[in-house]
This record gives sequence, structure tokens and C-alpha cells, in this order.
Amino acid sequence: MTPRRLLTLLPLAVFLAVAIYFALALRPERDTQALPSAMIDKPVPVFDLPSLADGPNLSQAAAAGEVVVINYFASWCVPCRIEHPVLMALKAQKITLWGIAYKDKPEDSRKFLAQSGDPYTRIGVDRDGRIGFDFGVYGVPETYVIDRAGHIRKRFVGPLSREIAEHELLPLVRALAKP
Amino acid sequence: MKALLALLLLLALPALAVEPNERLADPALEARARTLSRGLRCLVCRNESIDESHADLAHDVRVLLRERLLAGDSDAAAIRFITDRYGDFVLLEPPLKTSTMVLWMAPPALLVVAFGGVLLTARRRRAPPAPPTAEEQARLDALLKGQE
Repeated sequence: MTPRRLLTLLPLAVFLAVAIYFALALRPERDTQALPSAMIDKPVPVFDLPSLADGPNLSQAAAAGEVVVINYFASWCVPCRIEHPVLMALKAQKITLWGIAYKDKPEDSRKFLAQSGDPYTRIGVDRDGRIGFDFGVYGVPETYVIDRAGHIRKRFVGPLSREIAEHELLPLVRALAKP
Repeated sequence: MKALLALLLLLALPALAVEPNERLADPALEARARTLSRGLRCLVCRNESIDESHADLAHDVRVLLRERLLAGDSDAAAIRFITDRYGDFVLLEPPLKTSTMVLWMAPPALLVVAFGGVLLTARRRRAPPAPPTAEEQARLDALLKGQE
């Protein structure tokens, strides 16, 4: 083909490139609202939160050497209630799941967990959302996976679905837990 | 009545999200905080700055930003405190980096390409047709002769 003939195909090529880009960017399973976390592969923020139960404080130091899943939740958060059965199912998988009650009155968090069940290994209270800010939380629920070296490896924004829990969260936790 | 209305309209100020109890006592610091918060995105409402947003998170970030300024942070350090946690997306104006090159360069590049195209077609249109070759001229002469 002569260069001129090739040039006439250029608009078609541009159209195809744009169409493929949009098809990928707008595919239904992709959440266009979710933001990438700036904290990926960074050390987990330092925190020392009062326990929701009367136990010792919850701090990042207690996670050392362990793969920990940290779930930000609140009793006032509707998507958290949607997510809750998935967390209860995760409890059976014997993973370390910490809850952080985000900007929630402790008595409300306790009532919520008494009603719907408590999926968490341990729970910290982030009353003013200060630690949430250090994690880069912009809306509950958010779920973070911390590796054994204490680095944030993944963030899930919004309620975890069964699919995400089974096909993304659990495989990641298992892979990170391997010695 | 009209005068009163005019006076009231003059008194009307844009509604601000910054609440009185958030403001810093030092007007210079507060002015810096206001300028900085106009450039920070509210991650809940996305297309509003935290200066305009009434979202809870925007309030938190405004307060934390002012805390940093009170602690003596420079503007850049205070902004970095926030981008370290929330990423460059919180900046309403994206920074010029290798990862944002396409974003910054695409509009001028498209402009150059479009101008190039326009110039090319314009020149092609203006160019006079090439003079006929000797062979064409001969055929032309023959045709013209035949007509006469």
C-alpha cells in the first residue's frame, strides 16, 4: 500500500484506539470511582488506639510478623452493613482481621456488632478519624492488607463482595502468609 | 426599599464552608490555609475543593492542614503531609511529573498536530496546478486544434 493509502486508514486507527481505551476503562467490573491508594507498599501508619473491648490498646506493633487485614467500619455506615456478612464469612477462614471503628461512638459500634455479629480478631476505636487520615481513608468501609514486614499491600474501597473476598483478598492474604 | 435591597445585596458574601471555629487566630496563617485549601480536592465530592465542601472529610482535612501550618510547616510541607496519604489526586492541579506527562503534553501536542494539518491543507490548496508536461501540452494543442 502506498503511504497515502495508509494515511486514509489513520482515522479508523485512531477511532479503534479510542474505542478500545473506553471499552477497557468503562468495563462494568471496574469501579471508576475507586481511587488508587497513595499508601501502597508504604509502612503501615503508627497507631495506638483504645480497644473497643476492655483489652489492651490496638497498635501497629502488634501486627509485626503477621499478615493482618484491617477493616475500617462504622455503625452509621450503610455499606458496612452490606459488607458485614462477607466479613462474617471471612472469620471462618482463620485470618487475622482487625476492625477499626471510624468516627463512631464506641457504644454504637458495640451495639452494631452485638446485633450483626463480631467478625474481628481485635477492634480499635478511631474516634476522631485521625488514624483513618494517616491511612488515607476517604470513606468507610475500606479494607487494607498488611504484609508480614508491616507494609500496606492492598486497599479495597467500599464494601467487600463475596467475589472480591474469595478471588482477591483471600488469595493475597494466603500468598503473603507463605514463608 | 430599593436602597435597602441594594445594601443587602452588597452585604451578601459567598457562602463558605470554612466554619468559624476552624479559622486560625493569626490572619496571615489563615490566609495561607485558605489559599492552600482552595487547591485541595475534597475526596468525597471530587470536584469541589475542601475550601468549598461541607463534607465531613473536607472539614477534617481543613483542620489538619491548619494544624500543620500552626506547627510551622511550609506550604509545600503541609501539602506533602496530605499528598503522602491521599496521593496526587487530592491536588486540583496535577503536578508535572513523568507519570502525568501525557496529561500535560497531550493538549499542546494535539494543537500542534491540528495546526500542522490546517497549514498543510491550506498550502496544498493554494499551490497552482503543475504546468503540463511536454506530452500533455502536445495532446492539449492537438485537442484545441481539432476543435477549431
